Amino acid sequence: MADDTILETRGLAKSFRGFVAVSDVSLKVRRGAIHALIGPNGAGKTTVFNLLTGFLQPSAGAILFNGSDITGDKPAQTARRGMVRSFQISATFPHLTVLENVRVALQRKRGDSFRFWRSERVLDSLNERAMQLLAAVDLAQFAATVTVEMPYGRKRALELATTLALDPELMLLDEPTQGMGHEDVGRVVELIRRVAANRTILMVEHNMSVVADLCHTITVLQRGAVLAEGSYAEVSRDPAVLEAYVGTAND
Amino acid sequence: MARSPDQTDTLLQIGFAALLIAGIVAPLVAYPTFLMKLLCFALFACAFNLLLGFTGLLSFGHAAFFGGAGYVCGFVVKEWGWTPELGVLAGTAVAALLGFAFGSLAIRRSGIYFAMITLALAQMVYFLALQLPFTGGEDGLQGVPRGYLFGLIDLSDNMAMYYFVFLLFVAGFALILRTIHSPFGQVLKAIRENEPRALSLGYDVDRYKLLAFVISAGLTGMAGATKTLVFQLASLTDVHWHTSGEVVLMTLLGGLGTALGPVVGAGIVVTLQNELADKVGSWVSVIMGVIFVICVLAFRRGIVGEMQALGKRLGISE
Ligand SMILES: Nc1ncnc2c1ncn2[C@@H]1O[C@H](COP(=O)(O)OP(=O)(O)OP(=O)(O)O)[C@@H](O)[C@H]1O
Ligand SMILES: [Mg+2]
Repeated sequence: MADDTILETRGLAKSFRGFVAVSDVSLKVRRGAIHALIGPNGAGKTTVFNLLTGFLQPSAGAILFNGSDITGDKPAQTARRGMVRSFQISATFPHLTVLENVRVALQRKRGDSFRFWRSERVLDSLNERAMQLLAAVDLAQFAATVTVEMPYGRKRALELATTLALDPELMLLDEPTQGMGHEDVGRVVELIRRVAANRTILMVEHNMSVVADLCHTITVLQRGAVLAEGSYAEVSRDPAVLEAYVGTAND
Repeated sequence: MARSPDQTDTLLQIGFAALLIAGIVAPLVAYPTFLMKLLCFALFACAFNLLLGFTGLLSFGHAAFFGGAGYVCGFVVKEWGWTPELGVLAGTAVAALLGFAFGSLAIRRSGIYFAMITLALAQMVYFLALQLPFTGGEDGLQGVPRGYLFGLIDLSDNMAMYYFVFLLFVAGFALILRTIHSPFGQVLKAIRENEPRALSLGYDVDRYKLLAFVISAGLTGMAGATKTLVFQLASLTDVHWHTSGEVVLMTLLGGLGTALGPVVGAGIVVTLQNELADKVGSWVSVIMGVIFVICVLAFRRGIVGEMQALGKRLGISE
């Protein structure tokens, strides 16, 4: 049973100087699932991600990853355990080339990243893998482009490729399709489905058709607490959820 | 838009080769003492740029490494009779250690807090340099002998001294270039570009910053120790916060995050100081201030940075 759960939180809470952003979040993410975290703006979804990945320390509660307590881990530690996140605001390395963006992620596992006396040419052996990852998000032809010169949608795709480069066991995606055109959304959905084959994904997503299409389990957050949980069919019929979304119809 | 690495590489190599030759023939046409001063500050600025330009850390305490190493070198050479190369080595080592200490204390903070902590620590070093019994107080450590390199070559000969300084500069500069273009350098650039993202990829950002800080401090110390040998003097000026500010000016003026920018910036500042000092006196500071403001307002990429941008634009329109 325990082996079936890759990530678990117990009574997770976070307040910022008295303002409670996350009040009581207990959730279990099943290994191999695509799990969605949804909720109105300001519900605390990104804060939960920040807590999970050590960017924020919880005021209360515990986080278990693969059965071991990782509450209090530093961000880099959580990444090395196999839980890698993307960011809501696209996070790339703007003045590195597209290829270098992916390569810097691949580079970590080589274990020679402190060697300041070696030539960066040793990294060329990673180029092939980096190009495969770029091809997977249709960015191969932009490999030599300086990232800052690309449109937003492509940067998001690049961020996805960079995250994938670490081959994470659990991938946390904060609104991966936000700011993308219709076609790009379709492409990213297909990509997520493909890479989900041998990993677990927890994603925040506002686009309900994406959620309906991709996700096995959905957790609805409202004002920092879990409002409902279940399949899309269950959750979308839940009166409390309907009310929460009607209540913020401008969303 | 896509940059062609081969082309840039060749251009850079030609540039470096030209500089190397210029450095070798320079003392035949210009005053060696002036050139040596220039090289010391150029190395200083390059070491500083490794931190600010390639890691994104603004240290306001680098004078402590520059001047501190000067005192260490001056002391071991003058009082203990060490040879000049050992003096430079001692200054470099102590500066690197000091850098480790400063770095460990400051690196958890970012932005202005980081700058303030380095400044505060450097002020403590200044105070020590003023008060300790063996630093010569206000007068500094005077009459440091240049001595014999490896016990053999008489460095009181200005030409010999020049080529020693030039060699040290080339070695330091080469190390910086290599560092920038190493696997480590890639991570530094990633941290500079987007620290949270580097963290989320599993890099212990603080340890990378610390190593960068130590390398930068060590090379800064090498520059400061060398300067002490050149002028046979370790002075309070070199540990003063003015010096920390000056190196920021040199780096920004020449071009932050470019390999050659700090060299150009140091060249301009040192030349101006030399030319103007006896003509306008303390107005030099005002002129420097004006240059700084113009630089920040009008050409933010610095001289080399603007030239590169121009080159790129021309390259595109072709
Ligand atoms: N560092 C912080 N300091 C203070 N308040 C914060 C901080 N981070 C988040 N908050 C607040 O916590 C609440 C939850 O924010 P969070 O970003 O987690 O929401 P979200 O569900 O991701 O919303 P969105 O859909 O808009 O991205 C918001 O009211 C926000 O203003
Ligand atoms: Mg959010």
